[in-house]
Amino acid sequence: MFDESKFKPKTVYVTYIASTPEKVWQALTDPTFTREYFSGFAVEAEPTAGGTFRLRAPNGNVHIEGEVVDWSPPRRFACTWTVVGMPDFRDLPPCLVTYDIEQAGESVRLTMTESHDWDIPKAILSGGEAGWPAILSSLKSLLETGKPLKIAMAPPTEMLAAVKALKA
Amino acid sequence: MSKPKFVYVTYIAAPPEKVWEALTKADISEKYWFGYRVTADGKVGDHMTAYSPTGMQAHDDPILESDPPRRLVYDWKPLYKDMDGERPSRVSFELEPFKDQTKLTVVHDEFDEDSKIFGLISKGWPAVLSSLKSFLETGRGLQASWDDEAQKRAAAEA
Repeated sequence: MFDESKFKPKTVYVTYIASTPEKVWQALTDPTFTREYFSGFAVEAEPTAGGTFRLRAPNGNVHIEGEVVDWSPPRRFACTWTVVGMPDFRDLPPCLVTYDIEQAGESVRLTMTESHDWDIPKAILSGGEAGWPAILSSLKSLLETGKPLKIAMAPPTEMLAAVKALKA
Repeated sequence: MSKPKFVYVTYIAAPPEKVWEALTKADISEKYWFGYRVTADGKVGDHMTAYSPTGMQAHDDPILESDPPRRLVYDWKPLYKDMDGERPSRVSFELEPFKDQTKLTVVHDEFDEDSKIFGLISKGWPAVLSSLKSFLETGRGLQASWDDEAQKRAAAEA
């Protein structure tokens, strides 16, 4: 049994979406959706706790790999993340990404929480701090308008430098 | 203990001019800001005003910076009785063009260390800014449930 309690929330993003919990769940777990709003990345999640979680880059390479920690459609999806697609990042401890989906009036409140079980430097958190608002803004647009946003982002240089510094 | 600071970023498929208009004109704000009429199109020294759907004045705060359609800063001191003790906090809106979209960054800071208002705005801004994005992209704001405190307040006013 995976112990979530060791992980402390570091980055939290809340967005309200004019949709249903089932559709938000699908947008998070179905690769035809994630390719649209998540920089072309395709999610692959085995639908059970303990299953494999992957995000595959548009070129077919696995970019992020982890374990499904909670699979409770359509309320909660949690998985660990290790960035295996970038050499300096492979050895970092995995982080925990949790999506909580709740009905809020006629809308859905989606809460993304990125948690860590080590004293992660602020500079490394900047990647998620910059990336989540863009990804989740695009997810909201896709569900409400049928069109994702145009988002092209490179990892923050301060994050890359901080990860390199850890290895030195 | 460090002073509380709230930061929220959202990307909106609309140009900065449209986002600016929505943030500063009452006729637009009432369509997404859960019925609140918010006026903030004045110059520095003029006031941002906000009225609840029942017509109660919620804000009368000085505008500290105004550079349309890039940057807007105003004080934030709710005119509610139970909030009297807190000094004004500060809200900054930064609008950056991003392709033909807008990256909107809202920073709300300058709170007292034990601020009660901080807890309320931390729940409120994601709902308001989600609704703003929906309104500008689809023509419809959200009917999202406001946070509990505000709902109770609205009920008490009605």
